[in-house]
Amino acid sequence: MEHILQPWPWYVSGPLIALIMFTLIYLGKTFGMSSNLRTLCAIGGAGKKVKFFHFDWRSQLWNLIVVLGALIGGFIAHQFLSVPTHIDLNPKTIEDLSQLGFENAGQSLLPAELYSWDAVFSLKGILILVIGGLLVGFGTRYAGGCTSGHAITGLSSLQRPSLIAVIGFFIGGLIMTHLLFPLIFG
Amino acid sequence: MKFLKFLFVGIIFGIVLVKSEAVSWYRIYEMFKFESFHMYGIIGTAIGTGVILLLIAKQLKLNNLEGNQMKVPLKDKGVFRYIIGGTLFGLGWALAGACPGPMYILVGTGAFSVLIVIAAALVGTYVYGIIKDKLPH
Repeated sequence: MEHILQPWPWYVSGPLIALIMFTLIYLGKTFGMSSNLRTLCAIGGAGKKVKFFHFDWRSQLWNLIVVLGALIGGFIAHQFLSVPTHIDLNPKTIEDLSQLGFENAGQSLLPAELYSWDAVFSLKGILILVIGGLLVGFGTRYAGGCTSGHAITGLSSLQRPSLIAVIGFFIGGLIMTHLLFPLIFG
Repeated sequence: MKFLKFLFVGIIFGIVLVKSEAVSWYRIYEMFKFESFHMYGIIGTAIGTGVILLLIAKQLKLNNLEGNQMKVPLKDKGVFRYIIGGTLFGLGWALAGACPGPMYILVGTGAFSVLIVIAAALVGTYVYGIIKDKLPH
């Protein structure tokens, strides 16, 4: 039990994620989380106006159930399977973040500087979350997948489009972290 | 009842991503700073295990639960949409520190402000749907 309560090492977590992908393929489906955003748009009635959302969303209900499960899993892991512990970040990372104005790095899953209600109700704070979300939602559909669909499923099945997409993920992530963060938070 | 197995898979997914800390904004930042092996270890061993599992399934011609041969959906050919769409996704991934799976998982951990990121991601997806035919793919 003690091992479960502590953070899980990468060599346990990685293979488990592969098993989740494999299980979904065994169940006749696939591992792709971003499709749910399209499904939710369709359920909201977007299909009446935009052809892209005009499809039988009921056929995708299984994937929304996976999302519901993931949410419950997040609750269970956080409430019952974790002891209060810091994320074991590289001290260099903590120092880098401190210079950008992020205090207490690693003491929670998300930085209060971005996700606390104080931050959310500031103009800069809400803009960061909204722009981040817009980029994720737009980019993932343009690229036809996200971390689960491209990085895990696509690369596991040795697909070239997924390799290109993952290279794109890193180009974007590196530009944001190294070039834009000092401008946004500096 | 037929959905119960998907609920179960989702619950395991949520637990694994929290316990691995892959849902943490800090871990994503650290990854893009190349200051830790942690995220590369997770993604690398996931892909390594995935390659082996899928090769075994292919070699043994394993069937899925529905009785058809197990197969992974193939992505359309192309370069532009993947590099540009991927880059836009990466910008958002690093900024919000959450991708489309962890978003929901984080809400489960009680981080309700992530709902704003989810709402914005829905708008982003909607905008893509509107201008899709005008974009180069």
